[in-house]
Amino acid sequence: MDLNIVLEAQDLTRKVSSPEGTLTIVDHISLQIAAGETVALVGASGAGKSTLLALLAGLDLPSSGRIWLAGTEITTLDEDARARLRAERVGFVFQAFHLLPALTALENVMLPLELVGRDDARSAALAMLQRVGLGPRAGHYPRQLSGGEQQRVALARASVTRPAVLFADEPTGNLDTVTGESICQLLFELNAEAGTTLVLVTHDTQLAARCGRMLTMRAGRLE
Amino acid sequence: MRPVQLGLRLLAREWRSGELGVLLLALAVAVAALSGVGLLVDRVNRAMLLQASEVLGADLRLQSPRPIDARYAQQAQADGLQSSATTALLSVVLRGDATQLANVYAVAAGYPLRGTVRISDQAFGEPQDTHTLPAAGEVWPDSRLLAALGANVGDSLSVGAASLRVTRVLVSRPDQGSGFVELAPTVLMNQIDLPATELLQPGSRASQAALFAGTPQQTQAFSKWLAANKQDAERLRDLREASPEVGNAATRATRFLLLASLASVLLSAVAVAMSARRYVQRHLDVVALLKTLGASSRFALALSASQLLAIALLATVLGSIVGYLAQNGLLRALQGLITTDLPPPGSGPLFMGLVAAVLLLAGFALPPVVQLSKVPAIRILRRDMTAPKAAAWLGYGPAMLSVLLLVLWVTGELPLALWFSASLAAVVMVLGGAALLLVQGVGSLRGRAGVAWRYGLANLARRRVSSVVQVIAFGLGLTALLMLAVIRGDLINSWRDSLPASAPNYFFVNIPPDQRQAFADYISADQGEITRLLPMIRGRMTAINDQAVAQMHFAGARGEAFAQREQNLSWSDQLGAGNRVTSGRWFDAADNGKPVVSVAVDFQESLGLKLGDKLRFDIGGETYEAAIIGFRAIKWDSLQPNFFLMFPPGLLDNAAGTYMTSARYRPTQSSTIAQLVRRFPSVSIFDMDDLLGQLRAMIDKAVLAVQSVFVFTLFSGLTVLLAAVQASRDERRYESAMLRTLGAQSSTILAGVLVEFAAIGLLAGVLAASIATLGGYVVASQLLDVPYHPDPLLWLGGVLSAVVLVCLAGYLSTRSALAQSPLGVLRQG
Ligand SMILES: Nc1ncnc2c1ncn2[C@@H]1O[C@H](COP(=O)(O)OP(=O)(O)OP(=O)(O)O)[C@@H](O)[C@H]1O
Ligand SMILES: [Mg+2]
Repeated sequence: MDLNIVLEAQDLTRKVSSPEGTLTIVDHISLQIAAGETVALVGASGAGKSTLLALLAGLDLPSSGRIWLAGTEITTLDEDARARLRAERVGFVFQAFHLLPALTALENVMLPLELVGRDDARSAALAMLQRVGLGPRAGHYPRQLSGGEQQRVALARASVTRPAVLFADEPTGNLDTVTGESICQLLFELNAEAGTTLVLVTHDTQLAARCGRMLTMRAGRLE
Repeated sequence: MRPVQLGLRLLAREWRSGELGVLLLALAVAVAALSGVGLLVDRVNRAMLLQASEVLGADLRLQSPRPIDARYAQQAQADGLQSSATTALLSVVLRGDATQLANVYAVAAGYPLRGTVRISDQAFGEPQDTHTLPAAGEVWPDSRLLAALGANVGDSLSVGAASLRVTRVLVSRPDQGSGFVELAPTVLMNQIDLPATELLQPGSRASQAALFAGTPQQTQAFSKWLAANKQDAERLRDLREASPEVGNAATRATRFLLLASLASVLLSAVAVAMSARRYVQRHLDVVALLKTLGASSRFALALSASQLLAIALLATVLGSIVGYLAQNGLLRALQGLITTDLPPPGSGPLFMGLVAAVLLLAGFALPPVVQLSKVPAIRILRRDMTAPKAAAWLGYGPAMLSVLLLVLWVTGELPLALWFSASLAAVVMVLGGAALLLVQGVGSLRGRAGVAWRYGLANLARRRVSSVVQVIAFGLGLTALLMLAVIRGDLINSWRDSLPASAPNYFFVNIPPDQRQAFADYISADQGEITRLLPMIRGRMTAINDQAVAQMHFAGARGEAFAQREQNLSWSDQLGAGNRVTSGRWFDAADNGKPVVSVAVDFQESLGLKLGDKLRFDIGGETYEAAIIGFRAIKWDSLQPNFFLMFPPGLLDNAAGTYMTSARYRPTQSSTIAQLVRRFPSVSIFDMDDLLGQLRAMIDKAVLAVQSVFVFTLFSGLTVLLAAVQASRDERRYESAMLRTLGAQSSTILAGVLVEFAAIGLLAGVLAASIATLGGYVVASQLLDVPYHPDPLLWLGGVLSAVVLVCLAGYLSTRSALAQSPLGVLRQG
């Protein structure tokens, strides 16, 4: 395996059973992504983008096929081992932000650091919040922040551990164009600064165009 | 961050959102009910033992017809126990020409070791406690003796050969016992003067007693020693034997209180289960997110468990405080039921509160929380992914086990706990089964109804699990409440009935046969109501079925006492009020003069008698033999004249005896009783007003206590309702916002919700009322021993209030949603 490949999938298939019989949502997909790459995953709604992303990040297990992430084959790991790997090597940004409403912006960003037991969680999180321009809002709760600000906190939370791969599922989907644009800007800046690999699902063709590579899905297959 | 820290931090934040309030409330109510009632019952039980010791005047009492060996007292002293002694004998007391047979009670220093003597400064005066005894040369006669002799404080009385001066009037002593019919007037004196009276001669009939008291350990050890060393004729009485005399009102009250607290705990368990479900729902996303960020299942479990534990601790503190205060309040209400000073509360019941909170959580909240920790991370992207379902035994096993343990702990009886848990499981199954049928049944109905009906019924069917859970929760809660309500009424009624306002308040004994008409006329003329005049003949039972009683042995001390002591016999053709023939029959006209006898069940049980047994009596030197024709149960607390042994008329007419009666009597003037004493000097008068007043006050207080514990139960029921409101609020908020966005009227949505909840309430109500009717019967008759009267009104009220309350819950959980703009709701997600 090429040392530069940070994410590799071999013959991934994900089937689900439904009342109408077995559905194949991800259909024999293989791919390789090199460290530092920025990849856009595009396709029609229902094409299986989110499912593929979840498989690559180890949130879900494929029905068949293998995945290596940062040198570890995650398809052989159990749930907790995959969780540990995620804590150390993976960052996530969602369309719906998914901040813990009970924690402040700073505490939300501290969370992944504390999960891996970092002593400097507070200072590192604060630095990251400042980096995304929310230093003054560190003590605010999610409901006191606008959508764009919440997504910036989420972005800070995803990047604060300096993950090997950052996955983003429609990070601008819930935001207006201008705010979405600033979030994208930030995403690419962070990617450039830390050399993080970025895998990004989006319907925004402009955003997709800014990525180094574009993968298009249709009915569970890569085109 | 350690899971515990994070858990507590999240908890602190969630707290403000009111999320966990219901869970905390449910637990706190359970703890309060358990610890409050537990503390109370604990104290009452210990007080009952103390009260029993007052009946003995000691912790241990050795009684003997002969002087008691001084060795016992020496041994007691060596073992660190206190001791004292009493001598009781019947003697004529004189003042000038006036004479009266009296019970002379001579006591040694230290008497009584338990309880207090009450005295007053003049005959029939205000009673007060005293810790002194008559000094040498003094006597304390009771008011009746003074009245009979026409004596006053300051006069001298002749007791045997001694002349002793009256310094105080005896009102009561702790060990006077309740066999008042046999009580002659009493005079209390110091044992120092006993030799001077010369009453105690060899062969004189005196009853001696040695009294001992110490710590429970000392008493127990000494009791063993004494049992091994005492003579056969000496009888040892301890607390256990004296306890029944304290009466069973307190026992019933404590049993009911325990049951009520259990019902509270059960209701709280339902509320805990419902809140836990909601807790799990609300935390699915949190756990999924934490897992996405790299947390393990163990971390998630530790986080939730630490949150629950923190809630349990807080609930224990709050609940214990409330429980302690409530217990103090209840005690104030119960004072009088217990006449002694109550020992301070132990810490056991408080500990029990904590254990109860933890058990409830472990049984009802932990299983879903364990499942919560297994939520897959993918839920963050796929909302329909929830926690995996637990195996059935994992889901319900811990709940059943925790209920079993709690009941076992509260009642201390394994059969009862098993029985309780099994019935509980049966009730849950009946409720669940009926709910499933309902849910399936309405599916076929919905095509044929209006929009609101269709929407409501569709919801019922769609939220299948939730509907079934709600029927079970409401049904269970309502069953407990209704059952308790029915039993509470029966218990209170049975207490009140036992002492009607018209209960006799005077007993008159020793009425000479030739004066009985004059006596009855005197009382009637003064507006008294005589119950019935019965002859009273002294006799000794000498043989049962030709076997000499003296050579027989009987099971209990009571049997021995029955067999040995002289009996009061009577005859009548009337079965007394409050008498019930349990087997055989009562006399009819043909039995007049026949050698038959009707026996009280107390007597029957103590001596092991059967119908047809031949009892031989020695009455005034003559021998009579009579066959048992029937057994009677007697309500002794009716204060009617009653006898263990009743004969038909015509058999004992020639035996020498006197008459006795009781009466409802309010002397029109205070001097009337003194006149009565002078007019009928031989008649002994027993004023029961004090006792009656005490009994009534006791009952009122027990009723109050029962009512106040019921408040706990009602409160727990309310918690269940709150939990139910909260449980479906989020879902309804979202759903009603959606419907309104689609153009539905608020009124349509509300009507639909009402249809849904009315169906749930109706089903839960009808089932609960039926189960409660059945269960109430079992509990009342088997556990509390009170007559059971099913109450259709309560039945109806139960069903109605179930429907109304459940609809209210539904309305409340939907109304807040309707008050918000659909946009706001949908944006919050
Ligand atoms: N567990 C499941 N059970 C049934 N169907 C599923 C499951 N998971 C995914 N699907 C189906 O698989 C298809 C792909 O879903 P996925 O969420 O990956 O699409 P997507 O490309 O992300 O679409 P969108 O752009 O709308 O987010 C959809 O039709 C979805 O309904
Ligand atoms: Mg998607």
